[in-house]
Amino acid sequence: MKHIVILGNGISGITAARHIRKHSDFRITVISGETEHFFSRTALMYIYMGHMKYQHTKPYEDFFWAKNRIELKKAWVKTIDFDTKTLHFETPETMQYDQLILAVGSSINRFGWPGQELAGVQGLYSYQDLELMEANTAAVTSAVIVGGGLIGIEMAEMLLTRNIPVTFLVREKSYWNNVLPEEESALIGRHIEEHGVKLRLSTELAEIIPDENGRVKAIKTTTNEQIECQFVGLAVGVHPNLSLLKDTKLETDRGILVNEFLETNLPDVYAIGDCVQHRTPQQDRKSVEQIWYTGRIMGETVARTICGERTAYQPGVFFNSAKFFAIEYQTYGQVPARLPEECDTFYWENKEKQVALRLNFRKDNQALTGVNGFGIRLRHEVFDRWIKEKKPIQQVLAQLHEAHFDPEFFRRYEPEIVADYNEKHPTTPITQVRQPNFWEKLFS
Amino acid sequence: MQTIQKIGLGLFLTGFAVWIVTLSLGQFVLTENALKENLKPEHYELIRPRVQNIIGQTYSTAFGFGNAFRAEVETLNEEFRSAQKYDQVIYDNYSLPVAKASSQGTIIQQTGLWFWLSFGLAILGAFLYILPNRRKHPGIKNDHIYHSPATSRGWIGIVLGSFLILFYIALYFYPEYVVNWIILVDPLSQALSGNPASQWFLYGFLYTLAVVIMGIRMLIKYRHSPYQMLRSLSVMFFQTSFAFLIPEILIRLNQPYYDFKNIWPLDYDFFFEFNLNTLISNGTLGLFMLGWGIALIVIAVPIFSYFFGKRWYCSWVCGCGGLAETLGDPYRQLSDKSLKSWKIERYMVHGVLVFAIVMTAFVLYTYFTGQSNVGPIDSYTVRSAYGFWIGALFSGVVGTGFYPLMGNRVWCRFGCPLAAYLGLVQRFKSRFRITTNGGQCISCGNCSTYCEMGIDVRWYAQRGQDIVRSSCVGCGICSSVCPRGVLNLENADPNSRVMIAPELMTGNEMPKIG
Repeated sequence: MKHIVILGNGISGITAARHIRKHSDFRITVISGETEHFFSRTALMYIYMGHMKYQHTKPYEDFFWAKNRIELKKAWVKTIDFDTKTLHFETPETMQYDQLILAVGSSINRFGWPGQELAGVQGLYSYQDLELMEANTAAVTSAVIVGGGLIGIEMAEMLLTRNIPVTFLVREKSYWNNVLPEEESALIGRHIEEHGVKLRLSTELAEIIPDENGRVKAIKTTTNEQIECQFVGLAVGVHPNLSLLKDTKLETDRGILVNEFLETNLPDVYAIGDCVQHRTPQQDRKSVEQIWYTGRIMGETVARTICGERTAYQPGVFFNSAKFFAIEYQTYGQVPARLPEECDTFYWENKEKQVALRLNFRKDNQALTGVNGFGIRLRHEVFDRWIKEKKPIQQVLAQLHEAHFDPEFFRRYEPEIVADYNEKHPTTPITQVRQPNFWEKLFS
Repeated sequence: MQTIQKIGLGLFLTGFAVWIVTLSLGQFVLTENALKENLKPEHYELIRPRVQNIIGQTYSTAFGFGNAFRAEVETLNEEFRSAQKYDQVIYDNYSLPVAKASSQGTIIQQTGLWFWLSFGLAILGAFLYILPNRRKHPGIKNDHIYHSPATSRGWIGIVLGSFLILFYIALYFYPEYVVNWIILVDPLSQALSGNPASQWFLYGFLYTLAVVIMGIRMLIKYRHSPYQMLRSLSVMFFQTSFAFLIPEILIRLNQPYYDFKNIWPLDYDFFFEFNLNTLISNGTLGLFMLGWGIALIVIAVPIFSYFFGKRWYCSWVCGCGGLAETLGDPYRQLSDKSLKSWKIERYMVHGVLVFAIVMTAFVLYTYFTGQSNVGPIDSYTVRSAYGFWIGALFSGVVGTGFYPLMGNRVWCRFGCPLAAYLGLVQRFKSRFRITTNGGQCISCGNCSTYCEMGIDVRWYAQRGQDIVRSSCVGCGICSSVCPRGVLNLENADPNSRVMIAPELMTGNEMPKIG
């Protein structure tokens, strides 16, 4: 029987394993040196904050793996011999595979700053990073986070729960503004500062200064400010983890190069998830795209191929979500930081409630191209359909309640949003489609 | 913690300590009058000679007094039993009223002072501890729940759980031990119903206090969520009025004691002959109560559960649910999420439902035929077994005593026969479901962790399947704690519930096979 070996037990590798098991009887082994069982990496912050324990972050109970005949091996692989299809572990052990799926994830970026290897300086990606952060922050009176992205704000939130003051260095002139348009970026920036984080915009790390024991004691910024701190969180992004694959036959560039079928240049070797670089990315998709669900979809796709139905990776309309302290963010379609030439935009914000909605649409046919929601939950299926249908913005606004996903009794913002649009477009006012009343809803 | 919160905690603990100390205050001296006024004449004749040695003796604690008195009655009963004079055995619990009548000293003389030094200080302290949380930013606040020994089965949780268990055992089986606590609430009971307090009045008072104070804590904790606020207000309202005040006022008006929101089979003695007789003999209002009670069972439960799921009762109206959602909120994460516990839950909760139905059938058979035996089985034995094992031990001692150890819905999940009935409607014929938002789930596990009913919500969310589970009480916390806006409690056409996980979730455009 064919032996499928999956390197990496994150969402990509585990999804592949589960789907291969669904459709086949192959022998499946998942290897990871990080943890014995699959856990949700996105929940690391909640363990630190005391919302959950490690065991709660495991999406499947421990019996699941044996029951589904998915063998787990906790070990670090040292080298891969692609010619003989052999994995060499850090121990003298080896393992043969018939087909190999590389799902080895990312590594954190470090840009060669002086002092970046000091004790007390770290990123947050793996379970080991979490343990390290626990140790590193045990007796800390102030911390600096470098990098204005999602991990950075998570680390800031984590540290604040331990009453550790945080200074947040952001290279851009506002928070995450390489992804978020100006208004949203400002909204989140304000929210971050309200929580007591000292935000240093247009500021980069210059060097990290050690004390006599080789621990960080301060950092210096590019604006020549020196900030005392005993902890530095590096959150300037991640890159595909290629450490195992240097100087092998496997073709890599920024990531492991794969075609649309997630096949590498070597036969019987596939790659999925964060470690992948697509040779021909789909329209509106980046070649390296490190998102939870893209890893999951790649796992589902490669499982089809392994089980005999060669299937191309086809993510649909872009979507993503995040949470910045208390503000939830959801996005569907394309809402780039800079508005494309052919598009127009409508932005509404309720400043007091910190709720915002942005709709991007084409100038020519008014078709919806993307949406950002802040502090408002939006229905995925509905926006996915509207974007595919190229629904004109006027109809989207008139029927906005269909995409409403906030809990019952929450304030409804549709009237405010439509009124705001009408104020901005007095010549083409919109009338909201009448919403069903209580009795109609009761029996709908 | 802010200074004011530390002061609040200090005051609360002081009030609590005073309350414990009141148990040892005063002394107990049995008098002729205390016996005469509290014993039925036929029992007085029997007991009076037995307690000759106790009369006039000073006991320094309720334990000593209660044990001495109880031992004498027990000896008497033993003699009846060995002489096979079963009809003479005394089942009335005289220990509590006699202890109450025998109490002397400061607790009787300065009842108000001790009331305010215990309850007053504790309530003030609780508010000082809870209210400053308003200053925090609104939003989910679960920080350090698994770091705190109170909320992660640490030593505080174990101590608190042990206290609650002992409290329930005393309340149900040895109320004379806590007679001083009952004396403390006597003035309040007199003011409300005109009657002296029983242990059940003490319990109702504490229960309502817990629901209201911890309900205010919920209102602050979830002030960003109108769903959670309305739900908390609802359980606070139903507990204070329907469960606590209205029944007391009914007594004052010489009407039957009745909790208009309690539904059989949770209200397991609704069809007991003492209750039926009371209702039938109390004119129009009594008959209305009987009709109302039956209508709740046969009309309200199926109809409301069809439209809204069982949440309309379990997390908006019910008293047990009210306590779980307020006092129990800090412990919701302690419920077991394993598949094994789900299997146990299904056997247990439906087992109790069957037990309740069979027990009630026996009760009604006896009521209408006058026969106490159904075949070889004694209907009185069955109902008293139910009352002891389910009514007292399961719903009280285990149901609440185990909050800090097994989560706040132990009774509702494993034992409540009404929850089982509501759950059957919810599972098989209801518009209610929790929907999952396309492909947004990141399997973080907050939803499962904070599900008080032990539902592995994430299992469904990560595969795009609606959560349709008979146990779900619709508290909505999974939706509240979800960081990605994935979960939503919805009512719609029952046929639109996604009962089987879609082959592909939204966002994956590869061709379908199935």
